[in-house]
Amino acid sequence: MITHPRTEELAQAVALWIDQIRPSLDPRNAFLARVAANAMATIGREITQGPAAEAEAVRLMAGLLSHEGDFAELNTELCERIRAGEMTVETPGLLAALTVMAKNQIAIDQPNYKPEGTAIA
Amino acid sequence: MELDVRAGLERLAARLGGTGASLTEAQRLSGGASMETWAFGFDGADGPESLILRRRSAPFDEETARSVSLATEAALIQATGANGAPVPPVRHICDATDGLGEAYVMGRVSGETLGKRITSDPRFDAIRPALARQCGEVLVPIHATTPPPGLKLKSVDGTQELDRYEEVYRATGAERPILELAFQYLRRHVPAPVEPVLLHGDFRNGNIMFDPERGVAAVLDWELAHLGDPAEDMGWICTNSWRFGRPDRPVGGFGDYADLLAGYAAAGGRPIELSRVRFWQMLGSLRWGIMCLTMYLSWSSGLEKSVERPMIGRRVSETEADLVVLLEEGL
Repeated sequence: MITHPRTEELAQAVALWIDQIRPSLDPRNAFLARVAANAMATIGREITQGPAAEAEAVRLMAGLLSHEGDFAELNTELCERIRAGEMTVETPGLLAALTVMAKNQIAIDQPNYKPEGTAIA
Repeated sequence: MELDVRAGLERLAARLGGTGASLTEAQRLSGGASMETWAFGFDGADGPESLILRRRSAPFDEETARSVSLATEAALIQATGANGAPVPPVRHICDATDGLGEAYVMGRVSGETLGKRITSDPRFDAIRPALARQCGEVLVPIHATTPPPGLKLKSVDGTQELDRYEEVYRATGAERPILELAFQYLRRHVPAPVEPVLLHGDFRNGNIMFDPERGVAAVLDWELAHLGDPAEDMGWICTNSWRFGRPDRPVGGFGDYADLLAGYAAAGGRPIELSRVRFWQMLGSLRWGIMCLTMYLSWSSGLEKSVERPMIGRRVSETEADLVVLLEEGL
């Protein structure tokens, strides 16, 4: 991959530009511009954190399902097994694995969100 | 569109304020794709008046929509208000003469509706500990209201709600293991059916106007009113998506379960078990997650163009992060 600039730096540059022009926009467009800047930040995080998050999800799901596969295959099978009632909250390791996957995903999607159970200082 | 509404507000000023009344203020406050809210005012025969217009700006089919018509909404506000619930006064229900389409006019109530301010602004520090109990209290007259005859209100219990949202989820084509597990768990823990009561249907921090001195000033946004389990209204205000950064305070980000339940019982409501509220809270997280998915789909299908829609799709993971904790804790 090219490093000068890296892809996440391009996303960051666009986000910064949006923030620069935001004060000149009407309220509706200023709001949408903030959403757009957030989208660029999400893209940046997905580029930097996404591969490790996906690799960990694949490893965890392969462990739960006792065989290898790519993300889409394993994810589909996991959904089917839960839907069929073959895996439940009682299944050893299931909730622990889903918790790790949820934490990795929210760190990309909405890092400022404070999920249920978060201690507030 | 804006010109039409302004002209309509001019006519309303004359109609409500009497001969010679003229519009002194007209400002669109907010609104989604299908609903507009306008603040307007006029100098009438009895002095100045400040009002709110709620008006539908897109076609609506009450048979298939999840929300009720604005006429139904206004009728429910009047009925619950007459039964002692804090609601804005309905001033006028628009008809063909007004040329504003489906709309009604209510009095302006002062207070704060921004959820983040209720949970975090120092102006609410003193009253905040009282708010969860007050929320329990105000639900009692709402749930005890007999809906006026002739209104088309849907009745939904836990199983029906799960069916409806599972159908929506399946139709999205998304595959999310945590949502699957939440559906499965909730289906195995549906509480015993109860006699359905009138529900606000969107009772959460953000739809309640709070006064920094007195607390609950008015319950707003009645478009999702329906009949069902009284614990549904309690579970929704406890859903973490509406705690605005204060997950440590389960009721709306400002209070505790015990105060909500105690306020409800003290005001004469039939006591409700916490596990029942927690069922609806978990279903609330699941429901909001699926609503986020459908907002993404409204963009991917080309129906909506706003950048906001696909980004809301990235909020599903918020509900998943909540759901794994709730699944671990149990009801």
